[in-house]
Amino acid sequence: MELKTVRTRHVPVRYFEGGSGPALVFLHGAGGVTADDPLLAELAKAHTVYAPLTPGYGDSEEAPEIRDMLDFTLHAWDVVEALGLKDPILVGHSMGGMIAAEMAAIAPNDVSRLALIAPAGLWDDAHPIADLFATLPYEMPELLFHDAAAGAAMMTAGRDVTDPNFLQTYLVTNARQLGMAGRILFPIPERGLQQRLYRIKARAVIVWGDSDRLIPPVYAHAFKRGIAGAELVSIPEAGHMITLEKPKAVAEAIGRLG
Amino acid sequence: MKFTWFNLMPWPYLPDDFRETHRSVWVDIDQKLFDPAKSHEVYNTYMDLLEYADTLGFDGVGVNEHHQNGYGIMPSPNIIAAGLARRTKDAAVVVLGNSIALYNPPVRVAEEFAMLDCISGGRLVAGFPVGTSMDTNYCYGQIPSLTREKYQEAHDLIIKAWTTREPFAFNGRYNKLRHVNIWPRPIQQPHPPVHIPGGGSVETYDFCIDNTYSYSYLSFSGYLRAQALMNGYWKRVEERGVDKSPYRAGFAQTILVADTDEEAERLYSEHVSYFYNRCLHVYPGFADAPGYRTIKTIQTGALSQYAPPTGGYTQLTWKELTEQGHVIAGSPETVRQRMEDLIKGLNVGNIFCLMHVGNMPADKCMYSTKLFAEKVMPKLRNMFPDWDHDNRFWTTPLKDRVAAGRLPAQAPTREDLMKTYAVEA
Repeated sequence: MELKTVRTRHVPVRYFEGGSGPALVFLHGAGGVTADDPLLAELAKAHTVYAPLTPGYGDSEEAPEIRDMLDFTLHAWDVVEALGLKDPILVGHSMGGMIAAEMAAIAPNDVSRLALIAPAGLWDDAHPIADLFATLPYEMPELLFHDAAAGAAMMTAGRDVTDPNFLQTYLVTNARQLGMAGRILFPIPERGLQQRLYRIKARAVIVWGDSDRLIPPVYAHAFKRGIAGAELVSIPEAGHMITLEKPKAVAEAIGRLG
Repeated sequence: MKFTWFNLMPWPYLPDDFRETHRSVWVDIDQKLFDPAKSHEVYNTYMDLLEYADTLGFDGVGVNEHHQNGYGIMPSPNIIAAGLARRTKDAAVVVLGNSIALYNPPVRVAEEFAMLDCISGGRLVAGFPVGTSMDTNYCYGQIPSLTREKYQEAHDLIIKAWTTREPFAFNGRYNKLRHVNIWPRPIQQPHPPVHIPGGGSVETYDFCIDNTYSYSYLSFSGYLRAQALMNGYWKRVEERGVDKSPYRAGFAQTILVADTDEEAERLYSEHVSYFYNRCLHVYPGFADAPGYRTIKTIQTGALSQYAPPTGGYTQLTWKELTEQGHVIAGSPETVRQRMEDLIKGLNVGNIFCLMHVGNMPADKCMYSTKLFAEKVMPKLRNMFPDWDHDNRFWTTPLKDRVAAGRLPAQAPTREDLMKTYAVEA
């Protein structure tokens, strides 16, 4: 994956590009995405993958004027436009899934293939989603992974947690990234998507890990009910970070969109 | 010097094993620990103590706002302040303050503060905190990275509402109001003095300097640890080329006075321990929502004042808490010396005296308060003679004020009334 920059109305946007084949846009979750993401690698085998970073993520510039759901949705369309893409396969994970669903709802004639991987965006009082913003780093793996021990190893890989500068870097990164994500996810990750889902015309596949403890699989069924003709692919032994735990299975499910 | 007697209003019935058995004193504190029937006495005792401080000559009585919090049972400080405006005579009513980003619309604060200023005869000091992350984000659901923008807009709206003499339209991002025209408006002109609680961000320093507001550092960790932060503030004041009046700054300090140092330890150490060990037991996941602090603030290392020292407060003994300045306690002479160090060291003219601590009973609190008022405060009065005239940061009350309870004991008889309202034949 190569890290590139494209100009948009608001800020220069950093994005990963790699692979060959039909164009696919991947929108990351609240944790961000890196060049060595295993799902991007899988997808790049059969697609030209574009994975833009939300402003404030990684080394990208912040965009204070992107405040609400409509701003996020239109900004994501601005990025697709700036990349010169028409009707790419649109894929989003978690927060990115929420944005992708909004994009498909607001411009139903511009999206014909949509993959939502454990997307945020709906809320069910009977099944409250855990508060990611009040979760401490050491509590994350249990919430995010089927195999918490393996997940913890993935989350700390390449990080020297004993380095005194680590905490400050970690806090700055968190403030930039989760600060931005909080604009559509805090304190409840719901901004009215339910009443717009009906507009989606795309052929949709919904991918969910059976052991997702952040957004439990009951939400998969809510998305399936909301989007006409959507197909649900449940993947065993996978948590919310299904993109890291089962990248092959996720890529196969997306492959069904053709 | 301005000494404000402050009560955080802690809930005094947290169990001994609170730390071990509960995850947080704030946000998701156990409902079962609050007993409404007991709170009746707690509230009234705390209000009595605030009123008592007024009779001893404190310059102000202070209240603040917290939500879902075991050490502050005051989600609406204005309700307490309304009682104080009626029942105190001379002290300023220091509301420190209203978290203005939480009020919808914020003209509510302009109105309520105006009411308090009118009822008290111009004795209101208006505090505008951004609010802690626990209160603002986790309890009241404000989006962390938009909180400051919303705060700024609320501030601009309130000041405009106070100072504009005709109806105006306000087209903000967070507030769209066609007819702003608050009624009543405050006595103090152009508006009551404003104090801004801050935690070390340069943006807040500049905000205070630009608007001639007093910058208040409300910390629980004492004056020795506050030195670096306050140095940063005064450095900024100097850079901006304005005067260094000590009244540009305020500081909160836990103060406990007894006959001797030993007596102070014997009388107060369990209450200090209650506060530092139980009341400050906040789940770290609620300490700082990502995006609440600016990047600049994080980079300057001004992290949460609620983060306990390494190892936690539990490790700290009375000796350490007093020596490190978290608490100033001891005989009147000991307290005087340390207060002098604090006042000179930080160059602060406004002291928020935390004279009730943890689960301290009223009798001990009155004893300590009286000793401070009579044996310490008078000796600290003349710390900044050059700035005695500086009243930019304090109240300007009406000269002739009325007090509560001045109606006659009995309703007039018909005959009395006929005399008073006799009609000329």
